[in-house]
Amino acid sequence: MLTFTLRRLLLAIPTLLVISLVIFLLVDLAPGSPMSEIPLTVPPEVRQRMIAAMGADQPVFVRYFLWLRQFFWVEPATLFDGWFGTNLAGDEQRILSWQSRSPVFTIIGQRVPQTLTVIGTAYLIGILIAVPIGIYSAYRQYSWFDQAGTLFAMIGFSVPTFFSGTLFIIIFAVWLGWFPTKYDTTLTVTDWQSFVKQMQQMALPVMTLGLANAAAISRYMRSSMLENMGQDYVRTARAKGMSERTVVLKHVLRNSMIPVVTVIALGIPSIFGGAIITENLFGVNGIGAALIGAIHANDIPMVQTLAFIFAILIVIFNLIADVLYGLLDPRIRYE
Amino acid sequence: MKFKTALLGAAAAFAFAPAAFAERGTDGELKLTFPQATSILNPYLSDGTKDLLAASMIVEPLVGFDNNGALIAKLVTEIPTVANGGISEDLTTITYKLLPDLKWSDGTAVTADDVVFTYQYCTDPAGGCAQLTKFDGISSVEAVDAATVKITFAAAKPNPFAAFAGNQSPVLQKAQFAACMGAAAPTCTDQNFGPIGTGPFRVTAFTVNDTVSMEANPEYRDPAKPAFATATIKGGGDAEGSARAVMQTGEFDYAWNTQIPPDSQTAMNVDGKGQFVVAFGSLVERIEVNMTDPSADLAEGERSTAAHPHPVLSDMNVRKALSMAIDRQILVEVGYGAGGNATCNLVPAPALYTSDNTGCIAQDMEGAKALLETAGWVDSDADGIREKDGKKLTILYQTTVNPIRQDFQALIKDWWTELGVEVELKAIDPSVFFGGDAGSPDTFEKFYADVEMYANNFNGTDPETYLAQYACDKAPKPETQWQGQNINRFCDPAYDAMVAELSSTRDEPKRAELAKKLNDMLTKDSMVIIPLVHRGTLSAHSNALGGVLINAWDSELWNVADWVRVK
Amino acid sequence: MSDARASTSKPVSQNKAIWQQFRQHKGALFGLIVLTILAIAVLLGPYLWIPEKLGVAQAIKLKNQGPSLRFPLGTDQLGRDMLSRMMLAGRISLSVGFVAMIIAIVFGTFVGVLAGYFKRLDGPLMRLTDMFLALPLIPLLLVLVMLFRDRVAGLIGPELGAFSLIVFAIGITSWMQAARIVRGEVLALKEREFVLAARSIGTVPRRIILRHILPNVISPVMVAATLGIAEAIITESVLSFLGLGFPPDFPTWGRLLYDGLTYMQIYPERVIWPGVAISLTVLSVNYIGDGVRDALDPRIRGR
Repeated sequence: MLTFTLRRLLLAIPTLLVISLVIFLLVDLAPGSPMSEIPLTVPPEVRQRMIAAMGADQPVFVRYFLWLRQFFWVEPATLFDGWFGTNLAGDEQRILSWQSRSPVFTIIGQRVPQTLTVIGTAYLIGILIAVPIGIYSAYRQYSWFDQAGTLFAMIGFSVPTFFSGTLFIIIFAVWLGWFPTKYDTTLTVTDWQSFVKQMQQMALPVMTLGLANAAAISRYMRSSMLENMGQDYVRTARAKGMSERTVVLKHVLRNSMIPVVTVIALGIPSIFGGAIITENLFGVNGIGAALIGAIHANDIPMVQTLAFIFAILIVIFNLIADVLYGLLDPRIRYE
Repeated sequence: MKFKTALLGAAAAFAFAPAAFAERGTDGELKLTFPQATSILNPYLSDGTKDLLAASMIVEPLVGFDNNGALIAKLVTEIPTVANGGISEDLTTITYKLLPDLKWSDGTAVTADDVVFTYQYCTDPAGGCAQLTKFDGISSVEAVDAATVKITFAAAKPNPFAAFAGNQSPVLQKAQFAACMGAAAPTCTDQNFGPIGTGPFRVTAFTVNDTVSMEANPEYRDPAKPAFATATIKGGGDAEGSARAVMQTGEFDYAWNTQIPPDSQTAMNVDGKGQFVVAFGSLVERIEVNMTDPSADLAEGERSTAAHPHPVLSDMNVRKALSMAIDRQILVEVGYGAGGNATCNLVPAPALYTSDNTGCIAQDMEGAKALLETAGWVDSDADGIREKDGKKLTILYQTTVNPIRQDFQALIKDWWTELGVEVELKAIDPSVFFGGDAGSPDTFEKFYADVEMYANNFNGTDPETYLAQYACDKAPKPETQWQGQNINRFCDPAYDAMVAELSSTRDEPKRAELAKKLNDMLTKDSMVIIPLVHRGTLSAHSNALGGVLINAWDSELWNVADWVRVK
Repeated sequence: MSDARASTSKPVSQNKAIWQQFRQHKGALFGLIVLTILAIAVLLGPYLWIPEKLGVAQAIKLKNQGPSLRFPLGTDQLGRDMLSRMMLAGRISLSVGFVAMIIAIVFGTFVGVLAGYFKRLDGPLMRLTDMFLALPLIPLLLVLVMLFRDRVAGLIGPELGAFSLIVFAIGITSWMQAARIVRGEVLALKEREFVLAARSIGTVPRRIILRHILPNVISPVMVAATLGIAEAIITESVLSFLGLGFPPDFPTWGRLLYDGLTYMQIYPERVIWPGVAISLTVLSVNYIGDGVRDALDPRIRGR
């Protein structure tokens, strides 16, 4: 397993390089320019000069190699300098966002905490709700609980977050006045009062996302459990006189986890990727909001960097899922 | 509509007058929300309104415009005129005298050197300054003494109030930005995110595309202002959410750009927590008619170029009939409510420059049909579509993705179908449409469609450069990478001649007369441009906020120093 | 092999048994009925319910009406009849949802099975999957549309062109999850005794996959399919929202939902109709999926 992991990690490097090139070409090829948000009152000549000042008029491969160098050398060096007070990076240019003319990694650093707290909490709550619902629904298939769970999951899945989010705003903020509609990113938790405030402002986005996540995961959990409930080994286990608890929670659950692990592992990078619509709706300044803003403004350095970090996470978590498969089912061998 | 705005403003000013005696920093926190978040606080590196508005609370120009479009002195003792000697007789120089004892928010003195530096900063060729046109025609800016700045123009400048006038060209501090000239401009993150200014507030923290946190500027020139101790601008979300946060939940005091459907405006007014205010500048929603052939059968590089006149829309009668078939009042009612007025003009304001052209307001479907009949466009094969010489009246009508524009498309399609015109609709992502990418077929400059709808305006109160955009040589073409502002490829030597005449005319009434003529040539005389709606900017403020005077000619937050909390 | 008669008659009786088991599943039957009704409504409805022809000025006076006999589902902000719009929208949404889902599921399962079963293909295919997962969706769609819209429209006409492009775009960006799930299951399945047994008697891989592996991954695939339909319908609305979908005068459920959002507080029915339609579709597909899964499982079928 260890050699497998190491080999995969080594293989990941060329894979990621190829992915980074594909992303760069894709983003570059997409129509639109960094000037699309500049009003029409700015004449074309001035636009040309603004583009030249960003370096956006350079050939695509020049920009790609500059980005590679910045990402793999200048940025880590800057980070190292920041920790140990060295001067490895010198005055080399960091990756600058075209939209705000500030280092991309500073922006990401500002935004990761919000994304992790809000989206991460929503994901965690989603899993915590979904797994028990899925297990019990499968165990008591077609009971009223299962039917209610199905209905909940289907509604949760078929209404898009832009809809459920707005609905929650109208119910909980406008009518009941319990929660704020806009996330205050300047709030720092120092005492009980600010903690309550933080919980209040997290409530709506977490509810919106938690619903969507729980819906999907509970479906996979249920179907996978059902698949295994009918297997011979379950009958054998029961016949041996094992308690229902042990049969369901130990044997069936463990064997049912493979698709669920896949889904959860696929979802974790998307926590970092943020929930674009939800973040935007509630004003949570997370990564998702940054990505969509950058895409609309054609901020290529920002889009490229975010997409690439996203790619790294996807590769890593899919590797983790593969390792987990082996732990869940020792028969799976990769050698 | 200006009257209405003025009334609203007057009412607001009157109602809250007693509260205006507050001391600095006694009214707590001012909370603003923008649907688009602020990206940068240096107006010279961005021309987005979201950035300009936020910056206008921090940095200031020498002179500004009030809510009626009149000049007001900000950092200078008086407005220079020919009469007071501030402007030379030959209109080639203008001299500003800075206020005595004027201080930056860090406590140092503002001098003429700062003004000169700002000019050099923006005109540096490597800097990519967004406000370059503000400094057009200037040959030098010099500091006569520490408090006097003299701007010299290469030729007589009838309207010298572009540089350092209005929120697009504020004065920057030389000490702060000295190291940020030219190519270094974008790399000065700290400076661009926290410019030192003379405005009522100064930056305490800025998170990109999210929140600007500010506190009252202790060095502000009026010791009693601003009334608020701190201010924050929270960005992001949509117009709906911003309006809701002010009008319904009362979380914020002020929301900029709350353009929502008229029905929703009415519904939100019911909650009684705030009110909508609207500023009418020169923004006009219009349909631009392509005078060249966008047919996909033509080779790339030939499509939508002057080499091929449009087979159908070159006929003036067709353009005229298309305009006559539209009921602009219904468009206003559906899309903008109080935030718009039907118009037939390209230049809808200021009043001095506005042509009395109202002939298009009333819909005339029968007249339009008759016009097409007499021009030979008849439906001979009874398929509901008119034709002439084997050419069908078929139109591809494109615009950006936007709910109001899609409603307009649906309505106008209905009217034109009734007229006997076949209409195909297309909606394009705004970042592509306005992106100007020469490789994309969907930009508004390339205009691979027969007609397209969007809105445009001009800066300040003088429409000269705006009207000059429609000169023959400004047409986008493949040779110029499709850059150019004459979207219609309209070309009339008489028009070009009149534009030249306008630029050499100094006399104000004469200029206005020429501008009106140019406006009419593009609209009622040729219908190359079909104006639809004169749009205002709709903003909302809480009833607990006093002193708001909405302004279309400068930053909406131009008098934020005077805002107070109404108890 | 020895008894030719049995092997020809067997599939018929098996299909019958499956259908009988399916019919016993109340939820599945309900789903099938609802889905059929929806399909009939959107296919035939526009011929049966023809809204009155109103001039623009008249229609505007009738905007935002609640449900009535004249307008069974009310009218929208331009006074257009919601019932006829819902039916027209359903045609597009249902067909986009199903076709895109089928493309994604078939392709995803294909890739997943190949990667899970053949070790040599696992690496390259999964790296390809990683790449597609990592590609930012919106630029990808923008590029796809920019490159292919005019060409496809030139070949098969603008409407069918838009349809194929949208279906293709949604399919190509949503097969990865199914692929990864199926691969995970296959990795475990191929080490199970029955597969080993089949392999040991020399069964060719194609047959093992079709006979032994595929039936056993049907259950997660069904879930993915159910969720895929909802996702495709919603993705279509996002595409329209970006101006990449159908021309703006073609309503779809997703777009009606999005348009109605602005009016949710004042005229809630504007979002309820498309919301309910999408939910009903997803719900019925889910139940049908459940029924099919149960019916295909010989262990349950016997009971």
